[in-house]
Amino acid sequence: MADVNRGDRPLSPHLQVYKPQITSVLSILHRATGVALTLGGVLLVWWFLAAATGPEYFLFVDGLLTSPLGGLVMLGSAFALAYHSLNGIRHLFWDAGYGFDLDSVATSGWAVVIGAIAITVLLWIFA
Amino acid sequence: MASKSSIKTPMNRVLGLGSAKDGVGHWWEQRLSSIALIPLTLLFVAPFLSAYGQSAFGAEGHLAVLAIYSDPSNAIVAILFVAVSFWHLQQGLQVVIEDYVHAKAARTTLLIGNALGCWAVAAVGVFAILKIAFTAAPEFAG
Repeated sequence: MADVNRGDRPLSPHLQVYKPQITSVLSILHRATGVALTLGGVLLVWWFLAAATGPEYFLFVDGLLTSPLGGLVMLGSAFALAYHSLNGIRHLFWDAGYGFDLDSVATSGWAVVIGAIAITVLLWIFA
Repeated sequence: MASKSSIKTPMNRVLGLGSAKDGVGHWWEQRLSSIALIPLTLLFVAPFLSAYGQSAFGAEGHLAVLAIYSDPSNAIVAILFVAVSFWHLQQGLQVVIEDYVHAKAARTTLLIGNALGCWAVAAVGVFAILKIAFTAAPEFAG
């Protein structure tokens, strides 16, 4: 596609010309949290590797992941995981053909947002 | 069935497998990994939360982590969670690359790097968990 000469034909409008709506914002957030979880996944594997290596390396890595900055990254990953999981279940219902009318889409969308925030707050309090 | 307006034969439509050239194979596997991750995430979180942050207790904390993951059920859940997560991550990043990177060389390079990178990191994670599960001394288990 990149080597096609488009001449002076107009480009399709970019994302920012559209008014943000619950449907589009949550769709973008699903993809964004999915990509962001790459970092959380790599950090998790690093943490397991450190635990398998020995006490000194574990103290270093686990200490890093519980430091103020590391803790913030872990909390962000917790929100991303909670949101992506709940919205993923919402997607699976759509795949099965349920919940497509606009009222249901808005209701399930807000439920996912509130649920993800609630899970993140609970994890923050108890972990 | 090919409609009247199409000059393609039904066989051509089947062999072409749509614009992505691989039919619904990728889509189906992505649903499969999604469904698997629902119970795996729920089962993974509790043991992980009791193990994360144990460095606050020094070397004792490290032993506590070894004890948690030398429990076979915790180890198996952790292995499946890491493996299926990186399988699902590979599938997801592949779609993102296919959507946004159009230059052929960059696109192919990223798709290869994504696949190999995800498998490599997953292998490290699975190996680490297996090592903990198999080498933690018996007195720390259970």
